[in-house]
Amino acid sequence: MDMKEKLSALLTKALEDIDQSSLVKEIESIRVSYLGKKGELTAVLKGMKDVPGEERPVIGKVANEVRDEMTQALSSKKETLEKEALEKQLAEETIDVTLPGRQMKKGQSHVLTQIMEEIEDLFLGMGYDIVEGTEVETDYYNFERVNLPQNHPARDMQDTFYITSELLLRTHTSPIQARTLEAHDFSKGPLKMFSPGKVYRRDTDDATHSHQFHQIEGLVIDKHITMADLKGTLELLAKKMFGDDREIRLRPSYFPFTEPSVEVDVSCFKCGGDGCNVCKQSGWIEILGAGMTHPSVLEMSGVDPNVYGGFAFGMGPDRIAMLKYGVDDIRQFYLNDQRFLAQFKRKG
Amino acid sequence: MRVSVKWLSEYLDLSSVSPRDLADEITLTGIEVDDVTIPSETLQKLVVGEVLTAEKMEGSDHLNVTTVNVGEDEATQIVCGAPNVKAGQKVIVALPGARLPGGFKIKKSKLRGHVSNGMICSLDELGFSDSVVPKHAEDGIYILPEDAVVGESVLSYVGLDDAFIELDITPNRADALSMRGVAHETGAILSQKPQFKSIELTEDTNETIENWVKVTVTDGDDTPIYKMRVIKDLTIKESPLWLQNKLMNAGIRPIDAVVDVTNYIMLEYGQPLHAFDYDALDSKDILVRRAHDKETMVTLDGQERQLNPDQLVITNGEIPVALAGVMGGENTHVTTETRTVALESAVFDSTSIRKTAQRLNLRSESSSRFEKGINKATVEEALNHAAALIADLGQGTVVTGVASVTHVEPKSVTVESTIDRINRALGTELIEEDIIQVFKRLGFEAEVSSEQVKVTVPPRRWDIAIEADIIEEIARIYGYNNIPSTLPVNETVPGELTREQSLTRFSRHYMEGAGLSQAISYALTTVPEAKAFSLESGEPIELDWPMSEEHRALRKSLISGLLDNVQYNVARQTKNVSLYEIGHVFHNQPGETMPKEVNHIAGVLTGTIVDNTWQETEQTVDYYAAKGIVEGWLEQIGLGDDTQFKPAQDIKGMHPGRTAYILINNKVVGFVGQLHPSVALERDLQDTVLFELNMDCVFGIEQEPLLYTSIPKYPGTSRDIAFVVDETVLHEEILHVMKEQGGKWLSSIRLFDLYQGEKIEPGKKSVAYSLSYLNPDATLKEEDVNGDFEKLKQALIDSFKAEIR
Repeated sequence: MDMKEKLSALLTKALEDIDQSSLVKEIESIRVSYLGKKGELTAVLKGMKDVPGEERPVIGKVANEVRDEMTQALSSKKETLEKEALEKQLAEETIDVTLPGRQMKKGQSHVLTQIMEEIEDLFLGMGYDIVEGTEVETDYYNFERVNLPQNHPARDMQDTFYITSELLLRTHTSPIQARTLEAHDFSKGPLKMFSPGKVYRRDTDDATHSHQFHQIEGLVIDKHITMADLKGTLELLAKKMFGDDREIRLRPSYFPFTEPSVEVDVSCFKCGGDGCNVCKQSGWIEILGAGMTHPSVLEMSGVDPNVYGGFAFGMGPDRIAMLKYGVDDIRQFYLNDQRFLAQFKRKG
Repeated sequence: MRVSVKWLSEYLDLSSVSPRDLADEITLTGIEVDDVTIPSETLQKLVVGEVLTAEKMEGSDHLNVTTVNVGEDEATQIVCGAPNVKAGQKVIVALPGARLPGGFKIKKSKLRGHVSNGMICSLDELGFSDSVVPKHAEDGIYILPEDAVVGESVLSYVGLDDAFIELDITPNRADALSMRGVAHETGAILSQKPQFKSIELTEDTNETIENWVKVTVTDGDDTPIYKMRVIKDLTIKESPLWLQNKLMNAGIRPIDAVVDVTNYIMLEYGQPLHAFDYDALDSKDILVRRAHDKETMVTLDGQERQLNPDQLVITNGEIPVALAGVMGGENTHVTTETRTVALESAVFDSTSIRKTAQRLNLRSESSSRFEKGINKATVEEALNHAAALIADLGQGTVVTGVASVTHVEPKSVTVESTIDRINRALGTELIEEDIIQVFKRLGFEAEVSSEQVKVTVPPRRWDIAIEADIIEEIARIYGYNNIPSTLPVNETVPGELTREQSLTRFSRHYMEGAGLSQAISYALTTVPEAKAFSLESGEPIELDWPMSEEHRALRKSLISGLLDNVQYNVARQTKNVSLYEIGHVFHNQPGETMPKEVNHIAGVLTGTIVDNTWQETEQTVDYYAAKGIVEGWLEQIGLGDDTQFKPAQDIKGMHPGRTAYILINNKVVGFVGQLHPSVALERDLQDTVLFELNMDCVFGIEQEPLLYTSIPKYPGTSRDIAFVVDETVLHEEILHVMKEQGGKWLSSIRLFDLYQGEKIEPGKKSVAYSLSYLNPDATLKEEDVNGDFEKLKQALIDSFKAEIR
């Protein structure tokens, strides 16, 4: 057999071997057995020295073709086998993807916290700071400093838990306003604050009353603050809390610490204003009280009411949560039944 | 204040506005309307009937079978249970198909075999409260006047052909606690000037007041105005129906013509009046003074009252005959025998009245008006009107003149502002004309020039005194809905959470990530619960006058509240409960005005932390679950390295062997542990673990600013070590020795095995730690740490007699 035939026979044999292989690691050994240093092709090529000089280029070319073909067959077979192996592995690894996932226990914020945080974030964005106070307050800061002197008829509006004649559980978060006002340095800019927190009233607990509930109050004091600014701010709040389509209306009211005082209704988010059971057919839901800070409140805090003025507003997160989610018993907020708490998991 | 629209239309033309629209207007411009009721909308098929016959039903002890003419061709048969039904009476008949309050529907029926075509009604059945119907009509059907027209609707006979607007009057608008006040308010809304009829008072020129009564007031501050008239030769009767109906519909029970007139005048003017039986006064000298200490009097409800010098009394010169402004005395009240009436119209100090009413628990229509203020301009007018009416209804005569002491004159108040200031306060662009218009509607005199605004406020609006009051009037009459919406224009820096606030938010998110839900419990609890689990000694702060034992004291720890919540859940089949709470606790601070109020964070877990699933086996909560949560939290705050846990055997309510104090920089900031089994048993709980930390204390710890440390460039090495020590040796003690003696490259230590049991000696435990070494500046080879490792072994042997394995 001349070189050419030898090479051709070798190729046929190699292709057969490759074709019959069924494992990736066999491919490697086939490669070594033909193309390795001691491989068969290498051995045949050693005979090149006996080939006459003029034939060498021809034989050399054939030899290269054989090597290329072998290499090609090897890699293509390897690829096929690898693909098959992978497919087999994947088939074996297939699981029931509908089985329950590994559990991750997650808790959630109290619904009242969620409501308060939403409001907090809105006002933080508008440049207000959160100021917190103590729940035990003095009669002086809780009442007198918000323009409710002893024997003021409006003290009837909020029955109070007294600890001593001087000390009480705050009935509103307003004492924080007085404390912040008197400490504020107006040369460093306007005062824009709001205070969320627990408040207490002498009420017998039932579906709509709770001796403990929450309040959020906001206060802005600067040189040129108008009632229109209050209205605009509250509109923003109403839209944020209850949806972009909401409108508000202001009604005259009375709070000793503001004048003018208004109560603020938001157009019913359930019926859109047509009248339903949520808004008691009126189309409007009362959500907050507000007004322009009373000059006496400013004066008592050492702020000149002829130069500075502003507005305050207050709302009850408990009431807002009840309205927003249709909670029909305020006591639910303080029983901490996990079946209740877990309902407010949804963030989207 | 329940306003009759019919009554109001005596003063204003309301023909072009429906009661509901009027109510809406009032709400938007002035006073909140609670409710509008229009009886005719619901009360139908109620007619005047004439009882033709009334006979006792056989076999019944209370039923009567009547025939009643209801204006139809034939008389109809009605069974009636009222004891007072008699032939000849004109009565209220609810015909079949009628609807009564509460949705009650009248149908033809049969009672014990007798057909009943409707019902003869009492006032109660028409919706009048028991407390307002005349005493004689309390039990039984209501008898209409003889001239009532059979078959006509009954509504006009009981004053229900009307609409009622319930006003929720805020303390500042006491001027609207009268029909005249409401008329002024409504007039401003409708741009109408209310019309009041002038009173015709005929005085008996033969008699002058000086011969009848003289009034003296000891203190003009207590009693700024006191006026009295005398009406004589009266016959005390029931008042006419129109008056009774007006009172009943306003929520006041008709008594007799004199008392009814005083109430009627109070409703019209807001001026409470009091009528004395003149002869019973037994004196011509009325003296208004403070009560003597422990002085007593019997008020007209028959109660003996012990008085004190805070309280004002009307006396006959010697003994009290009335508690000023609050309640009359029994000895001088008007009876059917009364012939002469001394009628009082006064203004008393609001604080004094408030205190008296509060102390004696005697709130009345009259005391609440004195508390909130009286229109000083109509004290005498109201008195005159009442005197004329009493004389008219009782066929008496009015003695000429008024006995009077006056320390204050009703005065108009002048308030000034400028158009600019008004617009700057409201954010509006009002012009002169707008402002003039507002005050014209309100009936205030106003001078408005291009700059100055000068308003003269009549005494009937005593709530107005300062510029802000004027601005409020403008805002509401101009209309809040006409005010534009803007946002404050000022230098705005973004609001920022304080360090504590943002750490609090982080803490919430951390706890929720760890599977705990946020609870909010009551801060007021029982005394034992308030102090349980608190690391601060001392009694809790108690309320002066608690409403119940349940909410008596302020909590000193959050744990009891959380345990209550857990218990509540477990009792309702929620077996796995994980809750946390962030809130204030309160401690007494002797010598300080304010108590110490501290922010705490606490958590309670019971049941499982991992449930049995197809993949996982159940794990119930244990001490380490709670500790892991606390460790993770402190570590994220950046205090992991400063934290230590020390056995706590002395916290009441906690398992003595499974509780630890949490120390940061050697200061106790809280505890973590397992609830004492006997406490758990009391509360019907399985194993329950919990923790509580003083959050203010944790957040208050000063920390170095966070700085980047470069990522190690060189590989380190690690060694494992296992040894046996006494079981009493604490992990933290071992850690401490390892850290101290482990050499400079020891970078972390991890416990990976703990064994106690058969394979080792009793009282011993086998532990295994993995130690990692790292040199930031070079590759560490095993042999580099040989020396350190040997030294550490020796330290363990020396410190704990460790048997290295």
